[in-house]
Amino acid sequence: MSNDHKSDVATTGIVEGDIVEFPLPPHHHRLTDTDPRAARRAERQVSTMFILSALCIVGFVAAYVAIPETSYIDLGPVGTVQSSNLILGLTFGMATLLIGIAAIHWAKKLMSDEEIVDYRHPVGSPQEDRDAAKAAFDAGVAESGFVERKMVRRTLLGALALFPLPLIVLLKDMGPLPGDSLRHTIWRKGSRIVIDVTGQPLRPEDMQVGSLVSASPADLNDIQEADGDQNARAKASIILVRMKPSDIVSEQGDGWSWNGILAFSKICTHVGCPIALYQQRTHHLLCPCHQSTFDLADSGKVVFGPAARAMPQLPITVDSEGYLVAQSDFQQPVGPSFWERA
Amino acid sequence: MTSTSVRRNKATGLVVLLAGLVMTGVGYAAVTSTAEASVTTASQTQIDQGKQLFQQGCATCHGMAAQGSSEGPSLIGVGAAAVNFQVSTGRMPMAAPANQAPQKRPIYTDDQIAALASYVASLGPGPSIPTDEDLNTSDANLAEGGVLFRTNCAQCHNFAGRGGALSNGKYAPSMMGATPRQIYEAMLTGPQNMPVFNDKTLPPAQKKAILKYINELQTAPSPGGLALGSLGPVTEGVFIWTAGLGALLAVAVWIGAKVR
Repeated sequence: MSNDHKSDVATTGIVEGDIVEFPLPPHHHRLTDTDPRAARRAERQVSTMFILSALCIVGFVAAYVAIPETSYIDLGPVGTVQSSNLILGLTFGMATLLIGIAAIHWAKKLMSDEEIVDYRHPVGSPQEDRDAAKAAFDAGVAESGFVERKMVRRTLLGALALFPLPLIVLLKDMGPLPGDSLRHTIWRKGSRIVIDVTGQPLRPEDMQVGSLVSASPADLNDIQEADGDQNARAKASIILVRMKPSDIVSEQGDGWSWNGILAFSKICTHVGCPIALYQQRTHHLLCPCHQSTFDLADSGKVVFGPAARAMPQLPITVDSEGYLVAQSDFQQPVGPSFWERA
Repeated sequence: MTSTSVRRNKATGLVVLLAGLVMTGVGYAAVTSTAEASVTTASQTQIDQGKQLFQQGCATCHGMAAQGSSEGPSLIGVGAAAVNFQVSTGRMPMAAPANQAPQKRPIYTDDQIAALASYVASLGPGPSIPTDEDLNTSDANLAEGGVLFRTNCAQCHNFAGRGGALSNGKYAPSMMGATPRQIYEAMLTGPQNMPVFNDKTLPPAQKKAILKYINELQTAPSPGGLALGSLGPVTEGVFIWTAGLGALLAVAVWIGAKVR
């Protein structure tokens, strides 16, 4: 510590050896310290809050028993509220709050507020404790024979080295690697397109210009049941839209639409939110998560937002019975980009 | 006194309006409540009245013969349902060109709307105004309606039907004040940027189920009271970060304050 520094400190504190002593500010007594009536008043306030807290708990139990859950109260601007919700919340909340407020009020008004000094001490242990610990450790090493008995030492180290191996082996359960499953969906040539939820197959004439239909492959439920998960559904969801054929500027492939009916993946190419916010007059599809906007009349290309890739289009046609079917699977991976994607 | 003689003698809009009032006073329910009525049995008087109203209030944008112009689409073949939806919700006529026609107080009376609807319906076949039977949801399945709503409507209108934002200042409106007839008409006709949910892709029974579910959304009490617009974490987050954290800060200041 430099002399300059010491003299700086000395302007505010008193230096005695290495310990800097700061003078305590003068202690101001509280009203409750000097006026016994104020102290009794504070005591009554604290007790009153504890009593009110107890009453709130009694009220909580009574309200739980007495108020039917069909009862509602109109609270004006807050709206209509279920009575039991309101009363149970208020009574339990007030019971908790009153205990807290009373405790702090007690501490601030009645408990001693005299300033006290608690001196710091060195962080390290005393030198004799450290010497004793080192002696004990050395004695242990000598008595165990860890140094002389090389075979024991080496086999112990070998055993400990292998011990973490099971943790690494278990990482295999995080697999198997996805392989090429990210590049394919269950759509394939001739998969019939059915309306989502209802499973009704679609004919082109069922859709009129401006229509939007959320759809899935007809065999989705069977495949989902066989797989035991919903990955197939997450990847195969599509939307169908119909516009005037003259409104279509471009498509991702020749002959992929049918008389103005276009099928696109429902999964945003940004981070995979399902999207069906289709604006039929602008032909824009908007993702609500990050506002990526796709122009379905122009190859599904991105016209706004963070998505990097056009919305994949599903080539469709009509089968011999007149129902809409897929020409093939998607020609590019659906959903968000991934590491190995070219 | 017949209404036709009055119309021929005096061509003022006021008298035509009175004629419409007399006529609809007799047959109001029949005219507005049945779909076919507005197409096939609407009287020539009503169509003529609608045509006059159309040429006064709508033709500026939609053309004198409803053929459309650069300012507004053709209305040939949009049907009575589209007219009833747009005009009864006050969206049409628009006050000024905009990305989206906002809902406002309708400026036409029910009779005038019926007349406009029958005129536009007479121009070409289109969806007619849903009948009371179309809107009767007593046999509809509420749970099915919920599933269909979440699959077909919730993406734009919010899971609680409170509406939401679209692109370039457009938005899906809240459904809280919409009547079942207006909702049915919106599904049938796809007003503005809303897609069409015609009867082939969304059969009438499923439309009824959706109506029943929306009615449940409109009328079900909220056990928690203030829904903060049912917008989820946005409004709830704003509330708790301001009111909740503000209250905690006030308590912290109180705990640390010096007592006198």
